[in-house]
Amino acid sequence: MSDAAISAPMPRVFERSWAQRMTDRNMLGFWFMLPAAAFLILFLVYPLGLGIWLSFTDARIGRGGVFVGLENYEWILGDSKFQLAVFNTLFYTFVASVLKFAIGLYLAILLNNHLPFKAFIRAIILVPFIVPTVLSAIAFWWIFDPQFSVLSWGLRKWGLISGNIDFLGDPWNARLSVIFANVWRGVPFIAITLLAGLQTVSPSLYEAATLDGASKWQMFRHVTYPILTPIIAVVMTFSVLFTFTDFQLIKVLTNGGPAGTTELMATMSYNTAILGGRIGEGAAISTAMIPFLLGAIMISWFGLQRRKWQQGSDNND
Amino acid sequence: MADATLAREDHSEGMSYLDTGLSRLVTLYLPLLLIVVVLLFPFYWMAITAVKPKEHLLDLDRHNPLFTLQPTFEHIRALLFETHYPLWLWNTMFISVIATILALVASVFAAYAIVRIRYTGAQMVGGLIFLSYLVPPSILFIPLSTVIYQYGLFDTPFALILTYPTILIPFSTWLLMGYFKTIPYELEECALIDGATRWQILTKIILPLAVPGLISAGIFCLTLCWNEFIYALTFINTQDKKTVPVAIVTAFTDGDQYKWGSLMAGALVGSLPLVVLYSFFVEYYVSAMTGAVKE
Repeated sequence: MSDAAISAPMPRVFERSWAQRMTDRNMLGFWFMLPAAAFLILFLVYPLGLGIWLSFTDARIGRGGVFVGLENYEWILGDSKFQLAVFNTLFYTFVASVLKFAIGLYLAILLNNHLPFKAFIRAIILVPFIVPTVLSAIAFWWIFDPQFSVLSWGLRKWGLISGNIDFLGDPWNARLSVIFANVWRGVPFIAITLLAGLQTVSPSLYEAATLDGASKWQMFRHVTYPILTPIIAVVMTFSVLFTFTDFQLIKVLTNGGPAGTTELMATMSYNTAILGGRIGEGAAISTAMIPFLLGAIMISWFGLQRRKWQQGSDNND
Repeated sequence: MADATLAREDHSEGMSYLDTGLSRLVTLYLPLLLIVVVLLFPFYWMAITAVKPKEHLLDLDRHNPLFTLQPTFEHIRALLFETHYPLWLWNTMFISVIATILALVASVFAAYAIVRIRYTGAQMVGGLIFLSYLVPPSILFIPLSTVIYQYGLFDTPFALILTYPTILIPFSTWLLMGYFKTIPYELEECALIDGATRWQILTKIILPLAVPGLISAGIFCLTLCWNEFIYALTFINTQDKKTVPVAIVTAFTDGDQYKWGSLMAGALVGSLPLVVLYSFFVEYYVSAMTGAVKE
């Protein structure tokens, strides 16, 4: 194969021109890239394009559609259920991401202290992230049970409430409950990655800041935060992205209810396309997520990157 | 990442010696304890429910729900011997392991080519692979379901075995690129001069040195597969072919008000293999998670 070209005897290698060697390199690179490229093109790039195409057709399950222009988009934009789902998704993403960031950063700072059994604590904190979302969501489903919730039981025991809380049956309770479950699962990831960032901050910087009379907040604001910015940008981009497209948690906990108040765009597209069989409209709903995702990536990525660039730091390794 | 942690361990005390005991208790140990309790409580609740006798499940007043004096393995026994749970567990493991192996092989080649063969446009391809990491399954599953149907893969394990690598490859390629970069180029030059082929360099030099990276990527890929839900829900129809997360949600959520025992047992048993695996490889797991983000 093309390996032979590289293992050829030395004199020939010297004779060959740069262009020739670059061609060999490219051939070899091509063969090495082939498996990964095949997977990604067949099952990622092609479906991505196909999804956008399907959103302009009236495809149903079991039959390809014909081009109908913007009809699907006109339909979903006029649909109050879709508008509600967009609101729910934005609300869910915004509140959950802010909370995950705040609690995750706080937890990372706590963990960055000198602690006994630090490795063990770090290990158990990550457990919510290891356990499959659906399985922990089932536990939350039981915790949020309208009649036999252990939370209601505890609050009743303490005399804080008299009746059970209907966690998943009331619109705002349901929204806050699913946000809680999402934050619960997302915090460990954010905390542990930010902790890795914190550990790269040299203690001498804090010592210098203390000598200059900086308060704890000033140290965080002017020492920790700027160094952490690039890693925050990446972590929060991922967090926002995966919160926005969340599916599993909602599917298990509320299935979009009560009355669509926790329906997200992802669950709505599943219900429309897979359960309802209206592939075209479902594809339009999921394609409608793309601009939001690009927007979120732009804001969290470039917003935070720009700040890094203004500071002129070059820790882009 | 590992080096940074190690280097820090000796000096990590920094200036914390200035804090007194009481303030450490209030500002550090109490909040930490609270967060850890909240993070672990659902698992405790899951485990305690799974071993509670049926009649205690819904009776919060006569039996304290937070512990049980008569633990029973009834739910777990019923789960393992009266349902298809072992089959679902096997499906999950089988699909996860094969998909992980496929993804790792593809990622090793891709990462090596991008970092070391450095063909024309390698940088750009690296960037594109990172971008594909940002394409969530939630916007792909609808068109993918029609693709799966066209390829005749619908309702077969291959529907998942072939689609999961698209979630895994971007991540593990990116992670392995980081590992390969840390291997000195001189090693490869020496081997080239000694007449080694690219294949020999990869299998005899690079891979043995990148074993920690391979373990990290492998563990992380396994958990991602195990956790995957939307593809498994959409592409598999027959109950016996489902994976644990999907099967549990569809099988036990009927009207039975004592379903909680079997649901919790199912969730517990479905999580345990991952938690055990994770407990052996915590450091690799953490370095996978942080490594992919830091690159």
